[in-house]
Amino acid sequence: MKEPLFSPKNLKLLTGPLNLNNPITVQVLGICSALAVTVQLKPAIVMALSVTVVTGFSNLIISLMRNTIPPRIRIIVQLVVIAALVIIVDQVLKAFVYDVSKKLSVFVGLIITNCIVMGRLEAFAMAEKPWRSFLDGIGNGAGYGLILITVGFFRELLGSGKLFGMQVVPQFLYEIGYKDNGLMILPPMALITIGIIIWIQRSVNRELIDKS
Amino acid sequence: MKAIRNYLDKIKPQFQKGGKYEKFHSTFDAFETFLFVPDRVTHTGSHIRDALDMKRTMTMVIIALIPTLLFGIWNAGYQFYLSQGQEAGFWTIVWEGFLRVLPIIVVSYVTGLAIEFAFAQARGHEVNEGFLVSGMLIPLVMPVNIPLWMVAVATAFAVIIGKEAFGGTGMNVFNPALLARAFIFFAYPGDITGDKVWVAGLTTGQAVDGFSGATPLAHAAAYQIDQIPPLHDLFLGFIPGSIGETSKLAIFIGAAILIITGIGSWKIMFSALLGGLTMSYIFNLVGANPYMEIPPLTQIMMGSFLFGIVYMATDPVSAAQTEKGKYIYGFLIGLFSIMIRVFNPAYPEGTMLAILLMNTFAPLIDHYVVEANISKRMKRSAKLTNA
Repeated sequence: MKEPLFSPKNLKLLTGPLNLNNPITVQVLGICSALAVTVQLKPAIVMALSVTVVTGFSNLIISLMRNTIPPRIRIIVQLVVIAALVIIVDQVLKAFVYDVSKKLSVFVGLIITNCIVMGRLEAFAMAEKPWRSFLDGIGNGAGYGLILITVGFFRELLGSGKLFGMQVVPQFLYEIGYKDNGLMILPPMALITIGIIIWIQRSVNRELIDKS
Repeated sequence: MKAIRNYLDKIKPQFQKGGKYEKFHSTFDAFETFLFVPDRVTHTGSHIRDALDMKRTMTMVIIALIPTLLFGIWNAGYQFYLSQGQEAGFWTIVWEGFLRVLPIIVVSYVTGLAIEFAFAQARGHEVNEGFLVSGMLIPLVMPVNIPLWMVAVATAFAVIIGKEAFGGTGMNVFNPALLARAFIFFAYPGDITGDKVWVAGLTTGQAVDGFSGATPLAHAAAYQIDQIPPLHDLFLGFIPGSIGETSKLAIFIGAAILIITGIGSWKIMFSALLGGLTMSYIFNLVGANPYMEIPPLTQIMMGSFLFGIVYMATDPVSAAQTEKGKYIYGFLIGLFSIMIRVFNPAYPEGTMLAILLMNTFAPLIDHYVVEANISKRMKRSAKLTNA
């Protein structure tokens, strides 16, 4: 009997990484870019989408080829696939959202070295069927993106009083003495924000707390 | 007293297990032990039994802070009338300063204690007294013109991220009061640096001609060495600066109280002083710019160097624990304080950054002191068995 495309088991591949198996807050992967591109919301969203596309399609492609890749050179093959996808994403960004692409600068290229992409290929796509691998890639990219967008939201709101570059903190607040928090723009605050997310997540899902 | 005791005994059952207000047990406990010495003592193991529990220790530090606080209040008023070019009587000055300083203290305590109580309730812990001292230190390291909401935000940050995230009182890696100051320093730099923030009313109002409000550190950073007030003014504290840091005399009184009662470590204070003097002396020898040529004694009298090493560096939680480690820890704080302020005038308050930096390294220092001791004793025992 054929399994339906979105069976509960497959759906779990999509939703798991959003919370209980989140690549950033639980597996602690991909921290570097999460600190670097979350000063504003827009680059964070673009970065989230880019990574999701790369993880999804690299998982799919590697899964399709998994039986023909010689095990000893599998890392090189994986890298070629990832690099090709990243270059496609980079070109698309340059063509359609040039300003954001400039802001993300080197971090688009660095998706190649993002541990999440490589980790999912090794841990999942090399041993699973294409459709399931694709879902897993999309799920992990979305889990990464969820954290990026949350952090980007708070950093832009509190750090510059804006969202998507638009002023959202009303002018009268500034007039009575409110000031934007300069620390939010600095990288340490991104780390602390992710720390707070991890803290909240573990207080809600107590099974994530280490037993030791 | 008797009436309070009777009242507490009457309502106590309601807060114990099964009582009506069981949930508020930790709140009740906090007030009860604050008013009366608890009658429960450690009854297992061999402990030294002493009346000096954490509440009494914290109270002692508060007493040691009172001289700096009183002087800070007077100085806030004094600087205000000086900037306005007006004469005023002693009590007018004190009253003016009191009105400026009190709100900062109230905001700091209310915010911090509210968060402490909330966390203790949520976790079912007893409320700890750790914040009594932090809540007093925070206002003392602030400029008098600091907006109150910034004090609240910084206090909340220091208590939640600096303390509760690590497990509450006694578990913090960094000194909470310094963390609050560092938070404002990086988040709202305009309100804690510059010439306007140290004298009450100067950010919005006007000063008389010839009054600048610049701190000695600002003069030094601008190489206006002749503008630095004379040594006795620096010592007595008739200068603009953070509320508690200006009078070195008051700090010495506080240091004496801490050392005599054995609460503050003299080893840390002494070695930090030595470190500061050493670094200033080395800079004197180098003499590459006017800042480096400031004599060591003036150098350590400027800014919050002495305040930091007496009240902040000695914080028993975030300082080094081993006796040898305390010397290293203190010496490096002194060294870095002067180094940071001279090399990077954009960070005039090197003391704050130096102490936070060494807080990070305190466990490492302790680790190596303990390891060195172990290997020394291993060698000795090996020698004895071979002989």
